[in-house]
Amino acid sequence: MGGSAFYDNFLTNTGCIGISYIPVIPGTKQAAGADTLYLGGVYMTLEMFLQHLSNGISLGSLYALIAIGYTMVYGILRLINFAHGDIFMMAVYFAFFGVVTFGMQWYVSFIVAIALTGVLGITVETLAYRPIREAPRISILISSIGASYLLENLAIVMFGGRPKTFPQIAMFTDMVQLGNVHIQLLTFMIPVVTVVLLIALMYLINKTKSGMAMRAVSKDIETARIMGIDVNRTISFTFGIGSLLAAVGGIMWGLKFPSILPLMGVMPGIKCFIAAVIGGIGSIQGAVVGGFILGIGEILLVAFLPELSGYRDAFAFILLIMILLFKPTGIMGEKISEKV
Amino acid sequence: MKKALSLTLIVVMTLSLMLTGCAKPAPAPAPGGEQPAAPAEGDVIKLGVFEPLTGANAAGGELEMEGIKLANKLYPEVLGKKIELVIVDNKSDKVEAATAAARLVEKDKVSAIIGSWGSSLAIAAGDIVKKAKVPAMGTSCTNPLVTQGNEFYFRVCFIDPFQGVVMSNYAFNKLGAKKAAIIQEVSNDYAVGLAKYFADNFKKLTGDENAIVAISNYNTGDQDFTAQLTNIKAQNPEVIFAPGNFTESALVIKQARQLGIKTPFIGGDTWETPEFIEIGADAVEGTVFSTFFATEKPITAESTKFLEAYRAEYPGKEPAAVTALAYDAYLILVKAIEAAGTAESVKIQEALVAIKDFQGAAGLVTFDENRNAIKSAVIKTVKDGKFTFMDVVEP
Amino acid sequence: MKKNTIFTLSAIVLLVIFLFIANTTLDSYILRILNLCAIYTVLGLSMNLINGFTGLFSLGHAGFMAVGAYTTALMTMSVSTKQMNFFLAPLISPLDQIVWPFLPSLILAGILSAIAAFLIGAPVLRLKGDYLAIATLGFSEIIRVIFTNTQSLTNGALGLKGIPTTTNLWWSFGIAVFTIFIMVSLINSSYGRAFKAIREDEIAAESMGISLFRHKVLSFAIGAFFAGVGGGLLGNLIGAVDPLMFRFFLTYNILLIIVLGGMGSITGTIISAFVITIAQEVLRFLDEPMFPNIPALPGLRMVVFSILLMVVVLFFRNGLMGTREFSWDKLFGRFSKKPLAKGGTK
Repeated sequence: MGGSAFYDNFLTNTGCIGISYIPVIPGTKQAAGADTLYLGGVYMTLEMFLQHLSNGISLGSLYALIAIGYTMVYGILRLINFAHGDIFMMAVYFAFFGVVTFGMQWYVSFIVAIALTGVLGITVETLAYRPIREAPRISILISSIGASYLLENLAIVMFGGRPKTFPQIAMFTDMVQLGNVHIQLLTFMIPVVTVVLLIALMYLINKTKSGMAMRAVSKDIETARIMGIDVNRTISFTFGIGSLLAAVGGIMWGLKFPSILPLMGVMPGIKCFIAAVIGGIGSIQGAVVGGFILGIGEILLVAFLPELSGYRDAFAFILLIMILLFKPTGIMGEKISEKV
Repeated sequence: MKKALSLTLIVVMTLSLMLTGCAKPAPAPAPGGEQPAAPAEGDVIKLGVFEPLTGANAAGGELEMEGIKLANKLYPEVLGKKIELVIVDNKSDKVEAATAAARLVEKDKVSAIIGSWGSSLAIAAGDIVKKAKVPAMGTSCTNPLVTQGNEFYFRVCFIDPFQGVVMSNYAFNKLGAKKAAIIQEVSNDYAVGLAKYFADNFKKLTGDENAIVAISNYNTGDQDFTAQLTNIKAQNPEVIFAPGNFTESALVIKQARQLGIKTPFIGGDTWETPEFIEIGADAVEGTVFSTFFATEKPITAESTKFLEAYRAEYPGKEPAAVTALAYDAYLILVKAIEAAGTAESVKIQEALVAIKDFQGAAGLVTFDENRNAIKSAVIKTVKDGKFTFMDVVEP
Repeated sequence: MKKNTIFTLSAIVLLVIFLFIANTTLDSYILRILNLCAIYTVLGLSMNLINGFTGLFSLGHAGFMAVGAYTTALMTMSVSTKQMNFFLAPLISPLDQIVWPFLPSLILAGILSAIAAFLIGAPVLRLKGDYLAIATLGFSEIIRVIFTNTQSLTNGALGLKGIPTTTNLWWSFGIAVFTIFIMVSLINSSYGRAFKAIREDEIAAESMGISLFRHKVLSFAIGAFFAGVGGGLLGNLIGAVDPLMFRFFLTYNILLIIVLGGMGSITGTIISAFVITIAQEVLRFLDEPMFPNIPALPGLRMVVFSILLMVVVLFFRNGLMGTREFSWDKLFGRFSKKPLAKGGTK
């Protein structure tokens, strides 16, 4: 195939600009066997692809859950809550301590952890954001970064730097084998939980009074206040819901990736914000779409371009910049015109 | 007249602002009282310790602190004087590491330094100890650059070229593998170096330039390796070499097993920590790695002593390899001070160079011409949820 | 104006004398701290130009510092040191043979950072507040990831060691003074007024005829230039660099400095840089056991710093100096009691 020579050259060349010192051989045909897909110069079986896809969907759902929190807060306050990733981290630690230190049953511990995280989110809002709501944007952003930093350092002091092992619950972590594809039960459960929560959230926002209040406040905070909506409570409520979702995401993250560290929320936090931006910040469906795009994209990048696996984190940022340049309102966002 | 007064006022203010640098650090309290005594006088000999106690490498730093504190407990005196540990946190950051070392050398006037976990942190301090002529004992930093060209930096562990050779020999000879895959922590200099030495030697042993069928990278802090592992799976390697920190490696192996990869995993010394087994659980059964010592085959009398003391201090826990190394670092310095008969830094350095066959908890130590420890490597595996001794490899 | 120039010059002379005394009498630990103070002054000023004066919320400073540090390092390291460092993969030529003296290397470092800023800024600077922050953060991380993966250019994760430690008090304070001078001139020029106008109200500025794009990119590039120079100084102070040095935490430290000092004030940044760098060392005692029974809590120091930042942002929003600057007139005005009508100050 003429195409293959081009692809091979492309891969070898990118592999040799000082990126790897040992040439990498993309998937060879003999190893792949029959039913191979030929994509991007890498031979891949259907099974491998499905494996990658299932991993991507799983990762994407986790990103989606956390991204929803970001987008909700941004929709209401026009604020990037840098501390969101650290709230996610705290949820994982709460769940861990519940099971390991206090010896609770796992479902009790998870519920307690989720509730505590909601409270934590509201506390952060009350202490770090409410006092300066009227201040220029830069101050609020710095306060957000400060809150994030404070949470991280508190975690280091309180929990120590050594990684802890998240309890592994058999119901979630057992493996299922479909042909040659190995999937954890958890991998199925994560998207299901995400969709269920999403439906619940949409119901909350569109059909309940609190949801209406949230929509009103995000459209125009002053008018909402005049209309008699308790803005402070609505905002706290939004933070609480966002944190609850992040907590659920965190617990599932802990089940999937059982090593927990104080700084584990930093990268996921930034990536999930990027996911929210890609999908259209302010739009919940957008956050979910963005989460999936990012999760699946990351996995497929490493799958098809294995020499670039070191650049996996950079992928999220590159995607972000492209979206910001070509469609800043995101995939599902609305055009916002600036009033002078 | 007023202008002159104002001018003097400015001068005083500016100078005092800049001189606060001199005034402030002095009254800061330190444990055990602050007397900037010259090392050879006074009743106390000061040993500086700089480790990452916070930041990304806090886990490793904590493990080494256990070893050092235990050694200090068992051997609190030398030459009739009490040994005081001056502990400084380098925050896993190079800038801080350099400042921390400078502080130990200048302000605390330590006789010698122990540290650090993390080669890049040790490297940052290299120049400072060299200029100040204070000997430093690296504990587990295996990057060759730490001691190269610096006659004041020693280390009690072997270096990566040796370790890479040991593991590739094992893969080729014991496992009979002809094709290997590597999954490495590309943002970790230790992992990258080790991977290269492994790869070079493996290719030499098999005589096959393409013996490494796949190399995958991941970054520190990553938690999802399924994509990289699925790719490796497709290449059908006979062994997978996964140098990297234990935090990520345990997850790598766990996810590999979940993907149905049954290939044996081998790695380096960073795996030997309790968390590796905790996080990896069943997945890490049967993994093999090179390390510095084994708990059930005490190499020397000191090993037994160390193990007993550790088990008494931390009941129910087994020591990590780096803990034993840090313990040895302390002991070697004490021995050198004894041999030198004084706590003068330069004399300690000379005594260190002359040490032969020091009996440490992690084996015998002799320094080669680059001040790296010539010691045997121990190959261990994980069996029934415990680190089990497998073999000893002589240098 | 003439009076002011004389005072400024005499202050500089005093500084020179002080540096001379410091170099010969103080120990290397304190010298190191003073060097760091000066370097953070340069870095703080460069970030303040972009964030404080032009109002662009850029979080990409660490990336520019990385470019600067690596450039200076690669240019000043000797050939043999390079060979020792690049033992995994040889450095690409002609870099492995070139050795430049310190000043040209610093200038090159600054220029390369400025070019990087131009390339990054041109597409990205039209974004608003939060988006700009994340985009610049993204670029900073991309730069760092590239440096981690390009083994034969930057030695990847291994980093560079054995960089000649040419930074001393003369270099760091000298460049700091130079930076202050440039910043003051820039701010007091028409460009500076344009920057401030952009900060206050972009749309009004644009309707007044200020080219947004040109000025934003200019501010970004000049800020990046000095960030690169600062990064070079830092690299040559420690003697070793690696990609992990340039994570977001570094940008955060500088952000802390300029927020505490007051984001629109040069004087504030200078004072804050000194105070914070010194305080970070002084507060080390927080990490040690304070009373016999309370065990050491490493990390407490950073918690205190985070709380400090929060307190300042919440209660002292304008930082130490707000947007006020130091001037000889104001200083003397405090001492003279001439009534307003005759030219005295309040």
